[in-house]
Amino acid sequence: MAADSSFKIVIVDESPIRAAILKEGLRDAGFTSVEHIPEMHNLLARIYALDPDVILIDLENPSRDILEQMFQVSRAVRRPIAMFVDQSDAASIQQSVEAGVSAYIVDGLKKERIKPILDLCISRFNAFAKLQNELDRTKSALEDRKILDRAKGLLMKAKGLTEEEAYVLIRSTAMREKKKIGEIAQSIVTAAELLK
Amino acid sequence: MTSTPLTIGFIPLVDAAALIVAVDKGFTAAEGLNVTLVREVSWSNVRDKLNIGLFDAAHLLAPVAIASTLGLSQVKVPIVAPFNLGLNGNAITVSPALYAAIMGEADGDPADPMVTAKALARVVAARRKAGGEPLTFGMTFPFSTHNYQLRFWMAAGGVDPDEDVRLVVLPPPYMVDSLASGHVDAFCVGAPWNSVAVDLGVGHILHFVSDILERAAEKVLAVREPWALENPDVLATLTRAHGKAAAFIENPHNRAEVAGILAMPGRIDVDPEVIRRTLDGRLKISPDGTMRQSERYLLVGREGAARPDPVQAAWLYAQMVRWGQAAYSPEALERAKQVFRPDLYDAALGAPASPLQDMKDGVGAFDGAPFDPNDIAAHLGSVAIKHRLS
Repeated sequence: MAADSSFKIVIVDESPIRAAILKEGLRDAGFTSVEHIPEMHNLLARIYALDPDVILIDLENPSRDILEQMFQVSRAVRRPIAMFVDQSDAASIQQSVEAGVSAYIVDGLKKERIKPILDLCISRFNAFAKLQNELDRTKSALEDRKILDRAKGLLMKAKGLTEEEAYVLIRSTAMREKKKIGEIAQSIVTAAELLK
Repeated sequence: MTSTPLTIGFIPLVDAAALIVAVDKGFTAAEGLNVTLVREVSWSNVRDKLNIGLFDAAHLLAPVAIASTLGLSQVKVPIVAPFNLGLNGNAITVSPALYAAIMGEADGDPADPMVTAKALARVVAARRKAGGEPLTFGMTFPFSTHNYQLRFWMAAGGVDPDEDVRLVVLPPPYMVDSLASGHVDAFCVGAPWNSVAVDLGVGHILHFVSDILERAAEKVLAVREPWALENPDVLATLTRAHGKAAAFIENPHNRAEVAGILAMPGRIDVDPEVIRRTLDGRLKISPDGTMRQSERYLLVGREGAARPDPVQAAWLYAQMVRWGQAAYSPEALERAKQVFRPDLYDAALGAPASPLQDMKDGVGAFDGAPFDPNDIAAHLGSVAIKHRLS
């Protein structure tokens, strides 16, 4: 791994958090020369200036098409190639695309030397996606909670119920109509807004 | 009856209309297909996901299908196209400053691409003399009709696209900002981005690409060749659903509904009015409100547009050779032509009753001798500016 620490790696990712996670992982694995380019402005000029051995880009990034231009005859820099050039390792290519990351490497680098970088990318991108999902779920749970509180408040006011009674009414309605408590709460809030 | 699940990728552009309408209007479901459309952000993604099998089919730049088959874009995966999703549909938009400069040098009718190309050559020469930076043109992908249309146009006027100007790839959503900020002086892109630039007052549409070529295969419905061989019936039903969708789109009575379908979130997601204008070929070309109508702006099915034409595949391959993206070989030319499969189209939708074209060669370029798809050497011999691989 010692020789590989001389690799220059560029991360093109609009998500600063994901880039930081990846950068940290690469540093832990001994890759110390890692640069993050957060935006597409003058992307090619910046990559040419950094002259990296490996470029990692997230697949949600439209700038990926800009990188493809580097495959054209280029006088100024070493010619990079896509990881897809070696079809012998279809499994890891598929894994990386599913994880949402693509790698471009300078022509001539051995596949074995790139493999640890790609594996690390795949695991960090998947970890980030998992984090993102958890965050989204938490946010949506919090949102449900807020709506339930508003629905309970509306019922308490309209029907003179206690909070407990309002909750029981919502829950039993949800059970009877085979819907989620959140959906019934949302209907109450929507109806109340319409009837305002 | 169980329905066949298919995953199909697309880029949010108006020329994905036949695919989107085929799915959202229920033409694919009626054929027993259960299609999931996946919206993508880059052509690289569409190409790779099709190549590795995450997509069964895709809305793809016609030259990418050829490049992938020939192994020009890194990886060699043979692709076939049973249906042409659109002819033409792009435009060249220039900044107000470049527009004024070209008009100042124009010697003749500026609707004539030869007049503007020669004017551009004089603008380029004057800039060089004054020690100015070369002009920068944006386009969408190295293997794109946009790239070849820009090059064909400017080279006809004496501008070398690799020496006299800069051509840069930009994702379509960044085009307008780049023109406004002066990062590029002009671009060639599909709808709706030319109209957006004009509406914001930062660009003039100089040409519809149909001024440069009357018939240019723009996007195709692409599948992997082995997949086509393994699933001939599925491919035929998918092609048939596209044929029905294209006919639906081309009926003027359905245009409002079509624009509504395409404008939905998760599809193209822009103002339905802009989509409508694109389908009707009625575009505002200048910030002062000047409109231009063209029957040839974008063809989705009419005039035989949907039937893949190997002549156009040959023309695209010839441009790859002309600009040093591919070496010439008779085998590669044959292979390129075989990407476009009128036989698969005919098997699904029936052969056309009569030849539709009255133009000289099926391409209709504004400059040069008629294009002979069997004689690329003659085509390349007739053009002055080229950068063939040595």
